[in-house]
Amino acid sequence: MGDDVWVVADHAEGSLRRITFELLGKARELADARGGQVVGILLGHRVGGLAVPLGECGADRVLVADHPLLETYTTDGYTEVLASAIAEQRPWLVMVPSTAAGRDFAPRVAVRASGGIVTDVEDLRIEDGWLVATRPMYTRKVVGAAAFVGEGTQIAVVLPKVFSAAPRQEGRSADVQALPVDLDAAQIRTKFLKTRQLQRERVSLAEADVVVSGGRGLRGPENFAMLDELAEALGAAVGSSRPPVDSGWVPHDYEIGQTGKTVSPQVYIAVGISGAPQHLAGMSGSKYIVAINKDPNAPIFQIASLGVVGDLFQIVPKLTEQVRKARAG
Amino acid sequence: MNVVVCVKQVPDTEQPIRVKPDGSGIEEQGINWILNYYDEHAVEEALRIKEKVGGSVTVVCLGAERATEAVRTALAMGADEGILVRDPALDGSDHLTVARVLSRVVGSLEWDLVLCGRLATDDNASVVGAALAEFLGVAQATAISKLELHEGTATVEREVEGGAQTLEVPLPAVFTVERTINEPRYPTLPGIMKAKRKEIKMLTVADLGLNPKEVGMPAARTRWVRFSPPPKRQAGEVVTPDSPEEGARRIVEFLRQTAKVI
Repeated sequence: MGDDVWVVADHAEGSLRRITFELLGKARELADARGGQVVGILLGHRVGGLAVPLGECGADRVLVADHPLLETYTTDGYTEVLASAIAEQRPWLVMVPSTAAGRDFAPRVAVRASGGIVTDVEDLRIEDGWLVATRPMYTRKVVGAAAFVGEGTQIAVVLPKVFSAAPRQEGRSADVQALPVDLDAAQIRTKFLKTRQLQRERVSLAEADVVVSGGRGLRGPENFAMLDELAEALGAAVGSSRPPVDSGWVPHDYEIGQTGKTVSPQVYIAVGISGAPQHLAGMSGSKYIVAINKDPNAPIFQIASLGVVGDLFQIVPKLTEQVRKARAG
Repeated sequence: MNVVVCVKQVPDTEQPIRVKPDGSGIEEQGINWILNYYDEHAVEEALRIKEKVGGSVTVVCLGAERATEAVRTALAMGADEGILVRDPALDGSDHLTVARVLSRVVGSLEWDLVLCGRLATDDNASVVGAALAEFLGVAQATAISKLELHEGTATVEREVEGGAQTLEVPLPAVFTVERTINEPRYPTLPGIMKAKRKEIKMLTVADLGLNPKEVGMPAARTRWVRFSPPPKRQAGEVVTPDSPEEGARRIVEFLRQTAKVI
């Protein structure tokens, strides 16, 4: 087994997603510790141009798998190409972004690579010579540390926003190599039919620096408009706790919590959210939490960095107004 | 349509979960063991398929003796058969090993479709379903929120960043389900009574033709080294402002000076 650390690039609409740079930063540190290289892996069609930013952000080599059959993500296409490349080049570690695609193909690749896999990774470090990954468990009530103990390439599926993005160094470039793609249409068993795009996501929940989230205290679907305005002023994404989803005020993809998404923004603004453990499971990894709630005994105040006791219907419009002023000034 | 549902028994995380002082695991005393929520949805989906097109629903579980209760919950909902693989040799298994063992069980059955929950709420790993599909050599779709069956294929919807994808998947296949896929039924009293009388088939690693070295600690590629409580959040400040303007001002100040997002 080699010492290289691979980073599977996440990209959409011709540009790299932020998590790719976060993974590159950590990959640099781990590869240096082992004396290996950082290798960016690009899968897609006509994506070669993305090798430039990968090089600028620390990749020593970039492997480009360019094929029409890789244009849209498929489990079989990605698994096949990655597993063959791993079998041939035997990297030490493959870092995969925890996205809908990453979580889908990574376990299959791990089976083929005969390596270990840890998902929802929040930290990776070398302890006594072992690579150890930490991850939240039991609704974020426990942090588990798992060591990769076997031979074979290890796979770490890493959460967004847990590592700092690699700094960009202008003029730095990677050695770009084509990864031969031996795929025919028959190998791809799943047929992609269509994507239903959700219009609302100006900023995706996973990538947003600020998340504005509403709970039962909003009382009805119409009041989410107030959060939209605040989010727009802040350049934030909008989420919710479970009650608004269960009541049909917002679609399921808004939900943050045990049964929804996990987010870890710089700031999480909880509006009219009491702070049930199931909700905390999805947002307590946020760096700062601001809570607005009229109930001074709401559990959310026990974990909030700043808690404001008061009527959200009065405070939120004022807040939006003041944020706009602050940004303009 | 013969559907196999893979289930797991997990601690109810709505109750307190405490780490043992030596960090070797969680305190099991006082824990309420339940059928993983996501797996309830998988069982429900399997029952709906059976009600629509006929066939059978078989529930498969790996775990300790107490895990029979999780299997029985699924039987009480209406599943036909229950299988528990219970063997001390499984201790220390990682997710890939669990998937390998499950693939042996599924491979011994007549099956068209495997359903799993998207994740288990104890380790939250989301690995077993896809790894099982790989061991079985079949197609998969993970985290699906809709499932429609046709002749030899299924149309599924899965949630992706900022939208939902519709895919056509050939059968046999493995699907892991989101909680949005359905609303699970409650076991009825007659169902519970019937489930009590049903025999749960107990299997060991040897019954599956596996060598003890192929499972458990010897085969694991990852090993838990410690568990700890989550880092304590810095104690914050709770203010009761005199006016909404004042409340907003405090927040803006915080966003600007401490969090530095404006």
